[in-house]
Amino acid sequence: MDQGSWLAQACIFLAAAVVSVPLAKRLGLGSVLGYLIAGALIGPHVLGLLGEPEGVMHVAEFGVVIMLFLIGLEIRPSYLWQMRAAILGLGGGQVVVTTLAVAAVALACGLPWQHALAVGMIAAMSSTAIVLQSLRERGLDSSQPGRAAFSVLLFQDIAVIPMLALLPLLATQAVVADAAAPHGHSLIGGLPDWAQALVVLGAVAGIVVAGRYALRPVFRYIASTGLREIFTATALLLVVAVALLMQAVGLSAALGAFVAGVVLADSEFRHELETDIEPFRGLLLGLFFISVGASIDFALLAAQPLLILALVVALIAIKTTVLYVLARLFRDGHADALLLALCLAQGGEFAFVLFAFAESVNVLDAGITGPLVLAVALSMAATPLLFMLAQRLRGKPARKPRPDEKIDNQHPQVIIAGFGRFGQIVGRLLRANGYRSSVLDHSADQIDLVRRAGNQANYGDASRMDLLRAAGAETAQALVIAIDDEARTSEIVESARKHFPQLRILARAYDRRHLYELRKLGADVIERETFAGAVNLGARTLRLLGMRAHQAHRAAQLFSYYDNDLIDRLEPYWGNLEIYRTQLGKQTADVEALMREDAEAFHLGQAQHGWDAAPEAEASSTTGGQMAR
Amino acid sequence: MPAPEPASNPARILLLFAHPAYQRSRINHALVEAVRDVDGLTLHDLYECYPDGFIDARREQALLSAHDIVVVQHPLYWFSCPPLLRLWQDTVLTNGFAYGHGGRALAGKRWLSVVSTGGGVFADAHCEPERFAVGEFLRPFEGCADLCGMSWEAPFIVQGGHALDMEALAARATDYRERLLALAAEGNAGTAGGC
Repeated sequence: MDQGSWLAQACIFLAAAVVSVPLAKRLGLGSVLGYLIAGALIGPHVLGLLGEPEGVMHVAEFGVVIMLFLIGLEIRPSYLWQMRAAILGLGGGQVVVTTLAVAAVALACGLPWQHALAVGMIAAMSSTAIVLQSLRERGLDSSQPGRAAFSVLLFQDIAVIPMLALLPLLATQAVVADAAAPHGHSLIGGLPDWAQALVVLGAVAGIVVAGRYALRPVFRYIASTGLREIFTATALLLVVAVALLMQAVGLSAALGAFVAGVVLADSEFRHELETDIEPFRGLLLGLFFISVGASIDFALLAAQPLLILALVVALIAIKTTVLYVLARLFRDGHADALLLALCLAQGGEFAFVLFAFAESVNVLDAGITGPLVLAVALSMAATPLLFMLAQRLRGKPARKPRPDEKIDNQHPQVIIAGFGRFGQIVGRLLRANGYRSSVLDHSADQIDLVRRAGNQANYGDASRMDLLRAAGAETAQALVIAIDDEARTSEIVESARKHFPQLRILARAYDRRHLYELRKLGADVIERETFAGAVNLGARTLRLLGMRAHQAHRAAQLFSYYDNDLIDRLEPYWGNLEIYRTQLGKQTADVEALMREDAEAFHLGQAQHGWDAAPEAEASSTTGGQMAR
Repeated sequence: MPAPEPASNPARILLLFAHPAYQRSRINHALVEAVRDVDGLTLHDLYECYPDGFIDARREQALLSAHDIVVVQHPLYWFSCPPLLRLWQDTVLTNGFAYGHGGRALAGKRWLSVVSTGGGVFADAHCEPERFAVGEFLRPFEGCADLCGMSWEAPFIVQGGHALDMEALAARATDYRERLLALAAEGNAGTAGGC
């Protein structure tokens, strides 16, 4: 493809997406349906603007790989272990029972049992991309049915591997000698079975080990260069390399990416990786949906409308029923089970791959796969509508409040930006009192140190709002900005105020001038970074000079109080240097006089002399006086 | 002088509240919530205002001057008040303001002590009421009010709070509210203080 036509294709894709997705979103149909409609319109069967949707689909499938990598990043290994019952029970049940149910129907329609079984297995797959995107868009991804849906999808991804092995065995005609694996070229096809299994296990183990021990130093090294685009490139390289490795050993690339993501979920680079790769995921997934839409063969639909319609309805009905019954067996409520069943009722993108594979190994012929592929594509397009149906049947569309607040590391109460000598003290104080915080720091070495001490910390630049969001800024109560950089602190306060209005912002100020600036930018609480330490050291000097400890302590308290008062008094003059200077002298003198008076009248005088040391009359003349604030 | 002259209606009440562990006190929660919205009442939570024990005496004196009735609510710890309230007395009720030469700022105002006891010593000692009546331990506050020229109102006491069930506690809280309302109502006749 020469450059001109490549650009033209890109232009068509982007224009279709830009026009149709916002429209679909506005109409309440969700972005997925928007992409699918756009694809159908520009596809070969309607406007014919698109050359080769299958080719595009192969590129776009990489979006699914990236999505699984990102999902893996959000799932700690421990969490995966907690979900094992749902994955094996619900997921395994769904695949086995749906396979058998669909196969039974196919058998009844007159297919030989081998073909029926193949169709059943392929129909059991659901669309990871569409389901997860739709769940996320509706804020359901961490709801109970959302998690169950994810478990099922995960099992399906794993189940693809044995299916690929089984399909050739179901051939009723002689297998073509060089029948290739679905993604083309398995390098290990020539090896005996046991050796293949060993290589597959070795590849997965290699990803786990490398993720644990080799990737962190690499990312730390890359991070220390401070080049953001190279960090992004490294992340993409990782995903592409894993995908290639998996294909080379005949595994699903998405599954490999998922494993790599899980391995990195505990690492300090998680948030940075997420935010860097996220845009690729979105665009490639969009491309993928468009190519699914483009592959809808309207000619075939027009030729056999009733057959196709029956297939779509049967597919959705069988899958919904099976999953609903299973979910109820797993003690889900009616509403949750219904949502789960309806959202997984479509055929999946793996179906396209598997049908093509089944054709290539002579299990199914084109006369059967053609209508089935079309039915799967249409069922995918129907998913957003099924979602809307499910939510209507459920009654309340929005997420329910969680029954009880579980301790959940995903939702820290406080975000601490900057974890050097300042932020660490804040963090330790919070932790000692049982509050969860999430830490962001831009020094990879610092993060390493912090994590060794057993803290949760992530690498990243807190002035990036996407990273703050990934660290939980939308649900946290407070953001503590403890970084050692005046200008960046101001920058973070300003944009955090804009992006997260509910967040309380506490900031470390360099000096009084900086404090005024932060106040103006909208920080809620500000502390001058050296003030408390300096006052304490001053108090200890007073002690050393012979003052009683308590008196020195009260003197320091009185000083802090009036110095903060002085800040308020001078605030109106800040900005005009000349007036500020003259006012600084005058107000400081006023406040110091007041301080001395107070010390005599209320605090130190009485502490020294007791009740009987009556202050002079003029002291009492100030007592009814103005409030200090 | 910012302290405004008290208006003729209704009496303004300053609720001086001192409890170092308010988050754990069921009784004081119930009491505070019952009176929080009483007309003309200013709730002043000392431990919340001055967590490090540094008291802004000027502000406190201005607050006192601006109210007619001072309600002093605290638990009884070791037969006395929590230490911040005691410190408050030392720093705010100064010679020349509250007593002594020219110290008439509080004269004519009224002092109501509101005291809670969780149980413990008073629960065990109820067999000897004349020896351990809670009122006994309020004598120092009575003396303080007297020295400041304030009139001493009969204290409002909630005893054995740990043993009170929700219903009894709610009843006591309602009593408290009514007591304050009654006090405020008769306030119109009283002489208003000021500096």
